[in-house]
This record gives sequence, C-alpha cells and structure tokens, in this order.
Amino acid sequence: MNQVVHTFLSPHDFRVSLPDVWAGFKVNLKLMVVSESLVLVLALAIALVRGLPGRGAKPLRALMIVYTDFFRGTPLILVAFVVGFGLPALNLHVLSNLSNFTYGVIALTLVYTAYVTEVYRAGIESVHPSQRMAARSLGLSYAQSMRYVVVPQAVRRVVPPLLNDFIGLQKDTALVSVIGVAEAALQAQGYSQTYANFTSYTVAAVFFVLLTIPLARFTDHLIAKRERRERAAAT
Amino acid sequence: MSFVEARNVTKRFGDNTVLSGVDLDVGEHEVVCLIGASGSGKSTLLRCLNLLEEVDEGTIAVDGQSLTNGKIDINALRRKIGIVFQAYNLFPHMTVIENVMLAPVKTRRLNSRHARSEAVELLKRIGLADKADEFPDRLSGGQQQRVAIVRALAMGPKLMLLDEITSALDPQLVSEVLNLVRELAEVVLSASRSSP
Repeated sequence: MNQVVHTFLSPHDFRVSLPDVWAGFKVNLKLMVVSESLVLVLALAIALVRGLPGRGAKPLRALMIVYTDFFRGTPLILVAFVVGFGLPALNLHVLSNLSNFTYGVIALTLVYTAYVTEVYRAGIESVHPSQRMAARSLGLSYAQSMRYVVVPQAVRRVVPPLLNDFIGLQKDTALVSVIGVAEAALQAQGYSQTYANFTSYTVAAVFFVLLTIPLARFTDHLIAKRERRERAAAT
Repeated sequence: MSFVEARNVTKRFGDNTVLSGVDLDVGEHEVVCLIGASGSGKSTLLRCLNLLEEVDEGTIAVDGQSLTNGKIDINALRRKIGIVFQAYNLFPHMTVIENVMLAPVKTRRLNSRHARSEAVELLKRIGLADKADEFPDRLSGGQQQRVAIVRALAMGPKLMLLDEITSALDPQLVSEVLNLVRELAEVVLSASRSSP
C-alpha cells in the first residue's frame, strides 16, 4: 500500500512535477480550443454538403462520405503519425514546415470533424420535413430555409452530443504527444522517466478530470432542461 | 382567363393514385372551397398548386404562369401564393413576430422595422398583438393557426391556400379570420371536410 502511495500519490513529487505538467496542460487547452473551433465550422459545412439535393451534387456528397468513413474508422494515433511524420517527409513547401502543434491540430481536426459531421447530420435530419416545406412555401430559397429554419433547430438539438464529442477530443489531445507536442502527458512522462515516480501522471489526470467534470455536468443540465421543455410542450 | 387553371392533374405516391385527372378553375376575386372526406387528396392538390409536390401528369398555371413546364422561378411564384398548413408548421425556435417577419425581411427585402410594424398590424387585426414575443409552444392550437395565417398573409400573396383552417379555429373567430384573408388576398382556395 505504501508502495502504491509513494509511486502514484507522493505529495513531494506532486509538488515538484506540477509546474511542468501545468505548462504542458496549457498546450492541451490550446489544442482543444483551436481544434474544437475548426471542427464546429468544418463539420457543419460537410454535413450541409452531404445533405445537398439533386444529381449535380452527387460527386460532392460521395467525396464527403469517403472522408467521414475514412476518418471515423482510422485511429487518431495513426492519423497523428501520418500527419506529424508523413507530411514533413513530403518536403512540400507549405505542408512540410509546420510546427508539431499545428500537426497536432490537423490530426485532431481531421478525425473529430468526421465524428461531428455525423452529429450535425443527425440533427438536420431530425428537423421535421414540414418545417422545410413551410419555409419553402414562404418563398425562401433552399439555402435560406437551411440557414434560418433548419440549421438553428438542428444545432440546438445536437448541443449535448456535441459536447460529448468535445469531452472525447479534450482527452485525445494527449495522444498527439506521440508526434512530440509538449503537452501534459508528455511532460508527465518526462518527469516519471527522470525521477522514477509516476505521480506526475496523476497530476496530468487530475487536470483532465477537473476540466471534464464541469462540461459533463453542463451537458446533463442541458439535457434535463430540454426534457422539461418538451414535456411542457407535450401537455 | 382563370387565376388558377389546373388540367388533368394526376399525382401518385407509389401505387396510390391520390389525384386522378383533376381539373380546377379559380377566377380572380373568387373564394372556392374544396370539400371532401379526409384522405381524398385536398391537401395534396393544394401542395401541388405551389409546387411543394410535383405533379405526375397534367398542367397547372397560376396567374398566367405555367408551373409545370419546368421554366419557372419557384421562389418568386411562391411569394404570390400563401399556404396555411393543417398542422400550422410554425417555426418553434422563433417568436410569433419573428415567424411573421422572416420571409418579408429575407425575400421581400423589407427592412426589419418596416416588416415589424406590418407584422404587428396584422397580429392586431387577428387579436394576437399581445402574443408577439411568445414562442409558438406557449400558444393554443387556434392561436397558432392564426399566427400561421398571418405569416402567410405577411408576404402579400394574391392567392391563399387554406388547408382545414376552420378545424382549429374557435367558431366565433372563423368569420373574422376568413374576412381578413379575403380582404388581403384576391383569390382564396380553402380545403375542408365541411363547408365553413
């Protein structure tokens, strides 16, 4: 028991490793904010393209389906390797000289955009067709009826599952340590290898949990609020 | 020439023929009622008249423009044709006044102050001015129905298509609402299960 406490929960190592792990965790926070912003915008765009009507849009729709299938099926760690080590190896002018942080953002965004596209799509499809019909009957164009009637309702409905995916993304920022982004997990690993003590991992875990809990409770709160509203509307 | 002219209109959903060779003429300043049992295709016919459904056979012309030759600006046409759905189909994420103002602001390019005063005026006429800032789920069925009517009228349509609008309205309001519709739209086509 003492051994366990000493190895994982040593107060001394907690104090000593804290500044480095915190410095790393700030990188995680930056990864989250940048990736999540990109994901929110790109995923909505792709979901809208996948919903485009007509035969002319078929190649575009197919392209988006290939993209989502591929990146939903590929483990993030593989994408991180390919982006973080593969792109620099290409010796391309633009894509080969970016920072590890940027490669991390690209990998996270590629994978999570694929997930979030499906979330948006489910939301868009859950809006009853009569809403679209009503909008079109007023003379709004297809784009206007999406913009003002369908998407606002869809987005409201998907906020809870969206936040769930973001909790996943927050944790997965630790995975881009494999391409050398100096985030919390990598800092913790550095400490543990130097001092043969694993308390630094506990420190990193505490940071992640402290960040996730409020978001999880907020998600619960939103779901409960919506249930109350829908029950009130049904009566 | 009639304002609405439908010839031999046929509409099928799979094997189910809903409309079979329907001819219809509605003249300027006429109010025409379609009366029939539920399931007889009244709503489908109304939806065909503003191209929310495509017809399988036959021709339709509204205000001298053919809807069925494929060369029409659907959005421009629909601004001349208001429709009130049986299920109202208000936009639940917008307040009453936002529901009414949306199309005038976005398609008639009215500035929002002008659109708002028009909307308030119409809501007053129909007894709902005090509900302008409520969301539709706070309104009764009859009130939602009236908002749907005002939303369609706010586009200044020449033709109003009404789908069972008398079923949700309080009896003492029916004539008032119909008078308003007649006053603002030149031509009215109303579907119901019994005569209003």
